[in-house]
Amino acid sequence: MSLVSEELQPSPTPSPPRPVTGLAVLGVVATVSGTLLMLLAGQWLRDYNGGGPVSTAVMAVLVLASLYPWRFIILSFGGARRRAGLLAQDELVAARRASARGREDALIAMGYSAAAIIVALILLFILANDGAVAQTFFDVDAIKASWKEILKGFWINIWVACVAQVLVLMFGLLVAIMRLLPGRAGAPLRFLAMLYCDIFRAIPAIIVIYLVVFGTIAAQIPVISKFSPTWLGLLALTLTYTAYVSEVFRAGLMSIHPSQGAAARSLGLSYPQTLRTVLVPQAVRRVIPPLLNDFIGLQKDTALLSIAGTYWQSFLFAMSPVIVPAILFIIITIPQARFVDYLIDRDARRRAGS
Amino acid sequence: MAFLEIDDVHKAYGQHEVLRGVTLNVERHEVVCLIGASGSGKSTLLRCVNALEDIQGGEIRIEGDCVTGAGVDLNALRRDVGIVFQSYNLFPHMSVIENVMLAPTKVGGISKDQARTRGMALLESVGMSDKADSYPDMLSGGQAQRVAIVRALAMQPRVMLLDEITAALDPELVGDVLEIVRELAHGGLTMLLATHEMGFAKEVASQVCFLDAGQILERGSAEQIFEDPHEERTQQFLSRVVKSGRL
Repeated sequence: MSLVSEELQPSPTPSPPRPVTGLAVLGVVATVSGTLLMLLAGQWLRDYNGGGPVSTAVMAVLVLASLYPWRFIILSFGGARRRAGLLAQDELVAARRASARGREDALIAMGYSAAAIIVALILLFILANDGAVAQTFFDVDAIKASWKEILKGFWINIWVACVAQVLVLMFGLLVAIMRLLPGRAGAPLRFLAMLYCDIFRAIPAIIVIYLVVFGTIAAQIPVISKFSPTWLGLLALTLTYTAYVSEVFRAGLMSIHPSQGAAARSLGLSYPQTLRTVLVPQAVRRVIPPLLNDFIGLQKDTALLSIAGTYWQSFLFAMSPVIVPAILFIIITIPQARFVDYLIDRDARRRAGS
Repeated sequence: MAFLEIDDVHKAYGQHEVLRGVTLNVERHEVVCLIGASGSGKSTLLRCVNALEDIQGGEIRIEGDCVTGAGVDLNALRRDVGIVFQSYNLFPHMSVIENVMLAPTKVGGISKDQARTRGMALLESVGMSDKADSYPDMLSGGQAQRVAIVRALAMQPRVMLLDEITAALDPELVGDVLEIVRELAHGGLTMLLATHEMGFAKEVASQVCFLDAGQILERGSAEQIFEDPHEERTQQFLSRVVKSGRL
C-alpha cells in the first residue's frame, strides 16, 4: 500500500460563529444574583453594627463592586449584536471573532459575579444568627485582653520552627542518605531508616508531641527529661518532620539521572565524594520548593505544642484569641508560599530555556 | 603483553546476555574503533573496561594488572581510564572550569590553582576557554562534548574510552569534536571508541572491530573491514550504513 493516499479528504465546511446571547443572559443572571446577595449581606452587616457609618460605607463598596460585571455584560451583548450584523453580511470570519470576543466577555462577567456571590455567602454565614459567629470568633474585647501574651507565645513558636528547621534539614539528609546506602553492608541501615520514616510519618504529630513531652518526663529518662517542655516539643517536631523531609531528599537524590553518578565515578571520585560534590548539591536544588512546603507545615504544627502546656492553654476554649494566632500564621505563611511559587516558576522557566 | 587486554569477557543483565566472550587486545598508542548495530554491545564493553559495569566472566588487564573482580581499587583504575559519554553528562550545577577541575582537585591531589591553570590550558586548546565560567545548560552540544573530553583529559588518563560521542550532536557540530579526537590520536593517546562515524573510523583507526550480538565477529585494519569484509553480517551492516548515507 502506498504511504500517500489518492483519496483526499473533502475540504471542511466553514464552521459558523458560536452563539453569544445565551451566555450573555446567563451572565446577567449571575450578576443580578451577586448584587442581590451582596445587598442582603450588607444589610445584615449594618444591622449587626447598628447602622454605623463604617458598616454603611463597607456595604456601599461591596455592592458597588458587585455591579462591576455589568461592564462585561454590556460588552458581551455588543458582541452578540456585531456577530448578528456580520453574519447577515456573510462575513463569516469576522463574525466568528466577534462571537469569540462576546463569549469571553460573558465569561468574565460570570467569573466576577461568582466571586461576588462567594464573598456575600461568607459574609452571610459570619453574620448569621444575629451575628453569633462574629461574636464568637471576632470578639474585639477578648482579643484586646490577650494579644500581648499571644504575641509572646507566637515568638516562641517562630523560634521553635527555626531551630527545628535547621535540625530537620541535617537529619533529613542523613536519613535519606542512609536509605540509599548501597550493598549488603548498607542493608541493615537502609532497613532502620525505612522503619523510622514509616513510623514517624504514620503517627500524628500531636501524638508524638504528647508522648515525647509527657512520656520523657514521666519516665524520668536521664538527660532528656531535664529538657524544658519547649525543647522537648522541639525534639518531637524534629522527629516527625525529619521523616517527611528525608523522603523529600530521597526523592530528590533519586531524581538525579544515574549518568551523573556514572560520570563522577568514571573520573575516579569515590562514592562519598560523588554524593557530596555531584548528587547532593543537585538534589538539594531540586527539592527546595517541596522542602519549603514541609517547613510551612512544620511552622504551623508548632501550634500543637500548646498541648504540652507551653502556651495558650488557658485560651483554648475562647475562640477569639485563637483567631489572632491564626491570622499571624497566615501572615507569615503567605510570603513563603509565594516564594515557593516563584521558585517553581523559575525552575520551570529554566527548564524550558535549556 | 598488550597494553589493554580484554580477555573472554561475559556480561549479562539478568537473563539477557550482552557480551558473550569478547577478547580484544589494544596496544599502546593504538586507536581501536568498535562498530556495529545498536544493542551489539559496544557501549557495554566500554563501560565494563571502566568498571562502571561489573562482568560475569573473563578478565580485563591494563599493563598486565587485572582490573576486574573483587579487591581492585576502582577509583585508581578510573584515574587511568577516562571515558566520554554520548550524552556528555556534564555536572549542571558547576561551571565549565569547575567541571574540569573537580577530579584533579578531589582525587588527583593537586591544588586548585594548579588545576585551574591546567584546566584553562586544556580548554584553550579545544577553543572553549571563553566559556570557562559558563554553565553546561548554556552550551551547544558540540561545546558540551568538547568540555566533557577536556574533563576526562584533565586526569591525564592512559587510555580514553569514547562512547559514541558524536551520536547526539547536530551534523554541523560533529566536525569540531572529531577534530579533537583526531588530534588526540595523532598525539599518541591510546583510545577505544564506539562510533557510528564510519568515515572517521576509516581515517583514524589502527584496528576496526565489528561487534554483533555481543561478540567481535570480525576484526582487521580499516581498509580490510570497510573494503573487503569477509563475514556476511558485516557486509549487511555496512551496506545498510551506506544506504543511510553515512559512508
